[in-house]
Amino acid sequence: MARVNIIDWVKGGSPWVWLSASAVSVSLIMVFGLLLLIALRGLGFFWPADVLEVKYQQSPTEVVTLVGEVQSEETVTAERIREAGGRVPEGQTTVTRILLKVGNRDISGLDFRWINAHGIVSESRPDDMIVLERREWGNFYGYLKAVKIDGKVMATGDEAWSVFQERLIRTTKIFDQIRDIHVSDIGSINYQIEQLRLDKKRLELDGVSQPAAYDKIVRKREQLNKDYQLLQQDLDVLYRDIEKDSVVLVAAGGREIELRLSKVVRGFKPNAMGIPTKSIHYLEKLWEFVSDEPREANTEGGIFPAIFGTVMLVIIMSILVTPLGVVAAVYLREYAKQGPLTRLIRIAVNNLAGVPSIVYGVFGLGFFVYFLGGNIDQLFYPEALPAPTFGTPGILWSSLTLALLTLPVVIVATEEGLARIPRSIREGSMALGATKAETLWRIILPMASPALMTGMILAVARAAGEVAPLMLVGVVKLAPSLPLDMNSPFIHLDRKFMHLGFHIYDVGFQSPNVEAARPLVYATALLLVVVIVALNLAAIWIRNHLREKYKSLE
Amino acid sequence: MTDTNTLTHAIDMDALGSGDKAMQLADEKIHIETRNLNLYYGEKQALQDISLEIPQHRVSAFIGPSGCGKSTLLRCFNRMNDLIDDVRIEGDLLLEGNNIYDKSVNIANLRQRVGMVFQKPNPFPKSIYENVAYGLRLQGVKSRRILDEAVEKALKGAALWDEVKDRLHENALGMSGGQQQRLVIARAIAIEPEVLLLDEPASALDPISTLKIEELIYELKERYTIVIVTHNMQQAARVSDYTAFMYMGKMIEFSDTQTLFTNPSMKQTEDYITGRYG
Repeated sequence: MARVNIIDWVKGGSPWVWLSASAVSVSLIMVFGLLLLIALRGLGFFWPADVLEVKYQQSPTEVVTLVGEVQSEETVTAERIREAGGRVPEGQTTVTRILLKVGNRDISGLDFRWINAHGIVSESRPDDMIVLERREWGNFYGYLKAVKIDGKVMATGDEAWSVFQERLIRTTKIFDQIRDIHVSDIGSINYQIEQLRLDKKRLELDGVSQPAAYDKIVRKREQLNKDYQLLQQDLDVLYRDIEKDSVVLVAAGGREIELRLSKVVRGFKPNAMGIPTKSIHYLEKLWEFVSDEPREANTEGGIFPAIFGTVMLVIIMSILVTPLGVVAAVYLREYAKQGPLTRLIRIAVNNLAGVPSIVYGVFGLGFFVYFLGGNIDQLFYPEALPAPTFGTPGILWSSLTLALLTLPVVIVATEEGLARIPRSIREGSMALGATKAETLWRIILPMASPALMTGMILAVARAAGEVAPLMLVGVVKLAPSLPLDMNSPFIHLDRKFMHLGFHIYDVGFQSPNVEAARPLVYATALLLVVVIVALNLAAIWIRNHLREKYKSLE
Repeated sequence: MTDTNTLTHAIDMDALGSGDKAMQLADEKIHIETRNLNLYYGEKQALQDISLEIPQHRVSAFIGPSGCGKSTLLRCFNRMNDLIDDVRIEGDLLLEGNNIYDKSVNIANLRQRVGMVFQKPNPFPKSIYENVAYGLRLQGVKSRRILDEAVEKALKGAALWDEVKDRLHENALGMSGGQQQRLVIARAIAIEPEVLLLDEPASALDPISTLKIEELIYELKERYTIVIVTHNMQQAARVSDYTAFMYMGKMIEFSDTQTLFTNPSMKQTEDYITGRYG
């Protein structure tokens, strides 16, 4: 009886339904679990954690004061600690260790410190403990003693904090002005002077000998130099201004240091902040992360150039891959005589999708950068030689390499789309006197566009996450300028760029301070996922729009 | 719904064939002529030695069992068979005395002169307006006024104007099958062809839509030479002036409809129309 029921159950296909359903659930749990892990690790980084002041029994005779944020906790065997030379009370088999972010790299030389929980004599969270984010040397933890202006003490004690905040706002404003002048005004002048130098070289190469042409360049350069002098004077004033203010700080252990305010990004008292203040602070930090430029070898500040580079790369890639893929698919499906040759081409195209991406990188470097780029330089930019213009890795070559990498996906998807359009539609158009090309352009391609977009979605998903080939053809750790700016011709396809995927690798594995950068790796990974999802959603939105427009015959 | 007029009209036609007066092929002006036309799909011969004269401004029907080559013959008239690989055609096909298979013939121009409507309605996934305007746009007509007029005229000609005049810019795929088929006819007549080829235009439609299409054919023959392929003998008898019976790629008999259905000269024709095979 029961056996019959089981046989029926199997025959009815239920086990397979259950099996596939559970496989789907496992996949979903893994995907969301991964995202959750990344999100928790990454987003927690920006939260202003409380700062502990710990009296720690470092050795039987010595008690030191340590100040810092608790980064993580772990339990290890007592044996391990003993082997490493630590002290553990008799009878204890496991030890809880705490990783303390102590900051003050300029004083202690270390950012992080492991301490054993049993060695803590006392701990407290003093309200007047301050954290300063600095432009150099990482965070400072300690107490504010006094604020100085022009070397004279302006405020001490409780008053110092409010004066400090006021002066910091002022300093930050000046700092932004200085940066603006450097990046936009002086950057633009440098760019123009470089262009003039190239213009002059070009005239020389062309064999122009009339002095008038050279005079013009010289006059322009003089004008630019004059502008530059003016800006330099402004800058001098600003620099003098920004260096006026400084603060006197007391670090853990009682050591006093003086710090110029121009070196401080922001300061706060985490122990005195309530949840709402901390939330605001958190959002500010998050915004800085997505909108600002990196500091301190990418371990601090934001990652805006990397976001920008990733998005621009994907957009240029899409622009390049669409015509290539569509033309190839149209030829294969509509014009080529179906036979062994087209079959061979299709097999080749499908196999291209399986080639490891680094191979594309090598090809891109050899063919695009050195061969194409080198020749372009010879032909169009001889004045800049021996410095390469296009003969060096850059965003154009990266986009082209990725376009090549995603080409098979686009070709296959477009071909599928073309194949699905009923013959009767084509005949209907031809019967009205349309040529094959007109039919393609007016009827077939619009109808196949949703399928093309499906290909684009897959291509974007693959391209946005690709890192390996980019390391060879254009991505850099830190790009001095974006590939898009206000200097004509505005889009600089020859420039190198930053990329989120590479940024993860760089910050996580190549940075001088791996422990400090680890949360940033998670945050950047999360952001990369968000960017890819956003790009995909945009493509899906376009596809659905097209689908609605070119609803095909059933 | 159809009104009573249409109904009686249809019944009349069924009863009378279509000859109000006895038609004679010898009196007609010939529009299309085929001479010893042979067509091969690869090795297989699909049309054998077809010689035929199709009169102007009349409805000629091709009947015959499935696979007898009637659609293939129809598709020769606007060179639609060129789209199929491996087709070989021998013999002459003259449109107003000029061979359309001549090398100098521009196929796009030919297809503008010889319009075609297919078995399944095949509107483009565009608006009703754009569907009808498609042929004109191909010819480079850009003026909004000319297009508007032509679209209205074509839709009126296809007896569709009243039904769609308020939704010209909606997607054509939202229409019923019968409306779609009339839209396709409107699309064909918008470019003012001389000949209209109809390949089983009503076989995918319900009886009422079929009736409307037949009505339309009757009106359209005033201005166009119509060639219709059908495997519905009643339909052929109702709408056509002349009928050709084809069998196994051969033209068995071609004469005025009344004669063919009432007094066929060939035994095979008689067997077919009396339902002995096919």
